[in-house]
Amino acid sequence: MDPLDIARWQFGITTVYHFLMVPLTLGLGMTVAIMHSMWVKTGQDRFLRATKFWGKLYLINFIVGVATGLVQEFQFGMAWSEYSRFVGDVFGAPLAMEGLLAFFVESTFLGVWIFGWGRIRKGLHLAALWCAVIGSWISAYFIIVANSWMQHPVGVEMGDDGRPVMTDVWAVLTNNTAIAAYTHAICGALVVSGMFLLGISWYHLWRRRHDGVDTVGADGRVIVGDGTAQGLDKKGRDKTDHGLWIWSLRFGAIVAILGFAGTVVTGDVQGKLMYEQQPMKMAAAEAACHTGGSFSVLSIGDPGGDCDDVTPIIEIPGVLGFLGTGEWGADMPGITDLEPQYVEQYGATLPDNPLYGERAGQTIDYVPTMWVTYWGFRLMIGLGGIVAGAAVIALWLTRKGTVPRSPWIMRLAILGITAPFAANIAGWIFTEMGRQPFVVAPNPDPSGIDQVFMYTAAAVSPGVTAGELLFSVIALTLVYAVILVFELFLLVKYVRGGAASAMPELAQHDDAHDDTDRDDVLAFAY
Amino acid sequence: MDILPVIWFVAIGVLWTGFLALEGFDFGVGMRVLFGTKSEKERRTMLNTIGPVWDGNEVWLITAGAAIFAAFPDWYASLFSALYVPLTITLIALIARAVAIEFRGKVHDARWTRFWTWCLGLGSAVSAFCIGAALAITSTGLPIDANGDRVGGPFAWLTFPAILGGVAVVCFSIAHGSAFLALKTDGAIRERAGRFSGTWGPVLLLPAAAWALWVQFAHGGGWWLSWALVALAVASVVHAWFYARRRKEGMAFAGYIGFIVFGAGSIFAGMFPQVLPSTLDDAFSLTVTNASNSPYTLTVMTVVAAIGLPLVIAYQAWSYWVFRARLTPGMIPEPHIVVPAILRAK
Repeated sequence: MDPLDIARWQFGITTVYHFLMVPLTLGLGMTVAIMHSMWVKTGQDRFLRATKFWGKLYLINFIVGVATGLVQEFQFGMAWSEYSRFVGDVFGAPLAMEGLLAFFVESTFLGVWIFGWGRIRKGLHLAALWCAVIGSWISAYFIIVANSWMQHPVGVEMGDDGRPVMTDVWAVLTNNTAIAAYTHAICGALVVSGMFLLGISWYHLWRRRHDGVDTVGADGRVIVGDGTAQGLDKKGRDKTDHGLWIWSLRFGAIVAILGFAGTVVTGDVQGKLMYEQQPMKMAAAEAACHTGGSFSVLSIGDPGGDCDDVTPIIEIPGVLGFLGTGEWGADMPGITDLEPQYVEQYGATLPDNPLYGERAGQTIDYVPTMWVTYWGFRLMIGLGGIVAGAAVIALWLTRKGTVPRSPWIMRLAILGITAPFAANIAGWIFTEMGRQPFVVAPNPDPSGIDQVFMYTAAAVSPGVTAGELLFSVIALTLVYAVILVFELFLLVKYVRGGAASAMPELAQHDDAHDDTDRDDVLAFAY
Repeated sequence: MDILPVIWFVAIGVLWTGFLALEGFDFGVGMRVLFGTKSEKERRTMLNTIGPVWDGNEVWLITAGAAIFAAFPDWYASLFSALYVPLTITLIALIARAVAIEFRGKVHDARWTRFWTWCLGLGSAVSAFCIGAALAITSTGLPIDANGDRVGGPFAWLTFPAILGGVAVVCFSIAHGSAFLALKTDGAIRERAGRFSGTWGPVLLLPAAAWALWVQFAHGGGWWLSWALVALAVASVVHAWFYARRRKEGMAFAGYIGFIVFGAGSIFAGMFPQVLPSTLDDAFSLTVTNASNSPYTLTVMTVVAAIGLPLVIAYQAWSYWVFRARLTPGMIPEPHIVVPAILRAK
């Protein structure tokens, strides 16, 4: 096996996996911080419960994100040493900034928040959470700055040794690609957390109706019960419990809708930048073989990416031109026109350079794997739209204070949690696979520096054997799979436990022996 | 020699030293949870001494790695790709340890707890060993060619200095973790950890001392600064041992911190100006000069570090102040058993 392929699979697997945790951390962190702020401001019990319950799920997810993030930091050097050498002058800087200015803040203050309950002043405790959340948002910014430089290299000039040398850090940090991608990713993260709140809250409200705790009056309005009629002796299922879930559900729906609106606006900006900076990616997203302005709703053909085999079935005239340029019906270059341009500019074969080893002289395929880009793009947009529509419907269905009794709608709401995750992943796979065969993409437009680019085939570590790569990709995939099972098991367990799973005091029976009245007992301990 | 690469060599030394000084006791506590305790409550007490701070401590590792990338990309690329196998194992061990800390107490079941206790203990030991081996390799050398790529297969790194460095960091972590436990707990755990640290502490520091001396001689016998740091490290051990035997835990712990600061300092000073020597040909060795980034990038990073690093030290110190209380098993709440919040048929 070619080490290059194994290294690419490894990067793909580890990064996609890491990005299952990241959007939930970014989005849920912000929503938990808002809940905690509401509690400090209003003193209402439902906000305390919301903070503790959602905070618990946040932490279970957070740790897996932290643990798998380490792999991301190390594998540039491990598997992609030539890449690291080539881009080192510019690419390492945002990573180090991320560590110094964001990771330390995030991890230190999160520790203060987790263990700070009852130990430090309320305001300071809340501030610690905000610091942690803002730290995680800043770290996302720096990592997307690094990624966007690979999509749109700026702020550099070519050095004497053929490597880019940074000349303008401000240009790197304010890269238009980075700002569009960052806001897009943050909005996508908010959609993830919004649907997470919505789906889980729906389950609990449905459970309360199913168990007969909450009932519905003649006018359709909820009559909130406190569980005594059902003989519930747990404090966790009282009237406040209802307040926790209905607030979380509607808040989640609003966050998801706002997040989706944000992804539309920022995605539009990204589309226009993509047209300028990576026209081939735009064409591949559309499986657009020939120059034109129609947006393909459905095309069929050979997923291998042979243009002769792609047949557009349904097209909307004019839309593609609008997506790319803002001008209705403008012509967008198709793959058959772009490919000769790429060959002319960058050559038909990989250079005869020892760097490429056995790959030197191979023909370069400038068209990304088209079925991945085409369906990745559609999956992202389609799922995003479905989620936003579902969130609007959820707001309507819950307008009278509870959810319908139908178990099927409840199951849909739970299933809805997965949709924005899939949309996020599809979007990233699209944008990363759409950049191939380049790891650092050349930008033909005047704002890019055309001669700064690198083929993925040149980036892999020359000294690392296929055996080593195979060992790591298998080992990491197995470990990741096991951890995912554990994480899902714990999330389900704590979700089913309700607010009491994060607040032992709610779970206690009235006659239970209470030995926690010592004032030095920790409110939280591992 | 330009000043900026030297500043960054020092900054990276500071980051690695901070990592060893802080994460060292996290590793040590993680390993000690495996042995030397009698009850689950004591294990939880020990784990909670590092509970609020271990994640922040681990960032020193991430930042040290990223700083090498940002300042000396050739060093980063050559070292990390050459150590592919041990770093993969390190990553898995660090993942197991991190997840273990968070997941261990989440289910009240003896098998679950035992599984994660082993993940925590072995994860700590294996990551300490592999990181120690990696640091020893970068201070003593690897068979790398003119391009900086490893010659000689996936295990070319597995040499005597690598094993010595690995053992050194594991042993130091156990000693350091014991001193930390003695400082951060009360009662039986404090007593046991304090006695252990007073008896075995200096012995456990011997491999680290051997590594520091090895580096001096491997790089032409050392120079005045590196030997001065070796002397200070030895003085720190005497200090630590003296106070550990008198059960002055704060002073003893400070002695261990001093040992790793001066000891790591002597290693970095001893290898300077090389960052990754080649054992094939001196001309292939990576140095502060030939592996460093452009002056512009180094200037930018210097500004960022000058602002960021003091802030990090300040708020991390504050977080230690917040959690300064000694822990006892009596302060650990009873395990919280999570049950589904659903109506059960009665």
